Amino acid sequence: MSEACPDKILLLHGLIDGELDAANALELEAHLKGCAGCSQELERLEALRRRLADPAIGYAAPEGLRARITAAIESEGARERRRKTGWSARRVAPFVLGGGLAVIAASLALVVLMPATPSLTLERELVDDHVRSLLAQHLTDVASTDQHTVKPWFAGRTDYSPPVVDLKAQGFPLAGGRLDYVDGKVTAALVYRRRLHAINLFVRPAHGRDGAFETSRDGYNLVRWRKGGLEFWAVSDLNRTELEQFRDLFEQRAGG
Amino acid sequence: MSRSAVALPEFGAWAPPAFGPRGVLRLLAGLVGGGRARGGEAASGLDAADRRRFKELMLPHLDAAYNFARHLLRDPAAAEDVVQEAYLRAYRGFSGYRGGEPKAWLLSIVRNCAFSWSHAERGRAAATHSLDFGREDGPAGPEQIGDPGQETPEAAMVRRGEIEAVRAAIAALPEPFRETLVLRELEELPYKEISAVTAAPIGTVMSRLARARALLAEALKPEEGCA
Repeated sequence: MSEACPDKILLLHGLIDGELDAANALELEAHLKGCAGCSQELERLEALRRRLADPAIGYAAPEGLRARITAAIESEGARERRRKTGWSARRVAPFVLGGGLAVIAASLALVVLMPATPSLTLERELVDDHVRSLLAQHLTDVASTDQHTVKPWFAGRTDYSPPVVDLKAQGFPLAGGRLDYVDGKVTAALVYRRRLHAINLFVRPAHGRDGAFETSRDGYNLVRWRKGGLEFWAVSDLNRTELEQFRDLFEQRAGG
Repeated sequence: MSRSAVALPEFGAWAPPAFGPRGVLRLLAGLVGGGRARGGEAASGLDAADRRRFKELMLPHLDAAYNFARHLLRDPAAAEDVVQEAYLRAYRGFSGYRGGEPKAWLLSIVRNCAFSWSHAERGRAAATHSLDFGREDGPAGPEQIGDPGQETPEAAMVRRGEIEAVRAAIAALPEPFRETLVLRELEELPYKEISAVTAAPIGTVMSRLARARALLAEALKPEEGCA
């Protein structure tokens, strides 16, 4: 078996890929007529390409991925619309008033209208707890996918009873529960997973009027909500759209 | 036009700039950094018409995006994650899309997301040890391998074996040969688009492709089949 001419090799590939211009292609084909080495190399290349031509070699996207992506795009659009309209109301309100007294009233209006943002130290603490739970191989104290095992485990360990729901059918299986320490108090952490991601759901008694809130920190997403006197913080490196889906599903199931 | 918080490759009317190493690093840094500042990102400001256009242009390439991600990462769950992330970033950065081949633009983003993912994964590798996830083996359900009416069961089995052998040989290729080969043979991108997606000059693309094919031919040589 003879070897192809070294200076022609890349051209041969160019030829079979249809990337050579007419002049170069003609010149190469003329060369091929007189060169056994290059001709054989071309045949070998074509044989290889035939083996690669089966369309089933490429992977098709799995079921449901298209729907998830479409949903994510839609909710991204919805979030942008919410964000835009929300801000304009807050910016406009103080300027509607005029005069000295109005300035004070305006500052008060700002304080009242601005969303109650949780203290940044709490967010940092939650992210630290989340990351630590992954690093220290201490993700769960009670490792069980059964809500009926995890929920009672907290009795006597926390003064409140966190709701624990089964979301395995929706793609968020329960991994277990853990005792954590947040803001100076023992706090329940429920661990769920989503594909390769871990979600730490911190549950504690609610205080103040803090309601729904979403933010990001250091590449982790945090979603907070309030229900039935309890405050829930979901922390994960999972994208925000799916984390919000998790919140919606959890809220639905925890209603009872 | 609003500027996206994430630097995205610009394709379109003018030839894509030859990304030097610094340009690539900036791009990657922007994407890794951009991924960490999700809270305050500038809205891409897409209205319903833009959103529809985005879906029309980009959703048809979902299989291509997944296939490319799957071959880059060699992991089905990671590929799903990366494709989802890529579509979100593409959507947010859609105002930066200047026309040109949408598939190549999208695959560029998929590639960058895959790199970000790998980068983060090295840090997560120690962490996920404790999670003990079972890795799913791949999309459930039979993959279409042809018209069952036209193939005998024996032929279908032989073809299945051949497909797996080729996939394994591709998976065994080192980078950057694997990505170049997948883009050329499986995604059928012309050299110019491969050059843009992989941020490499065309000459480099050509020599990588030649090397990839040589390695693959070597790996697939025993055509008599497995012993």
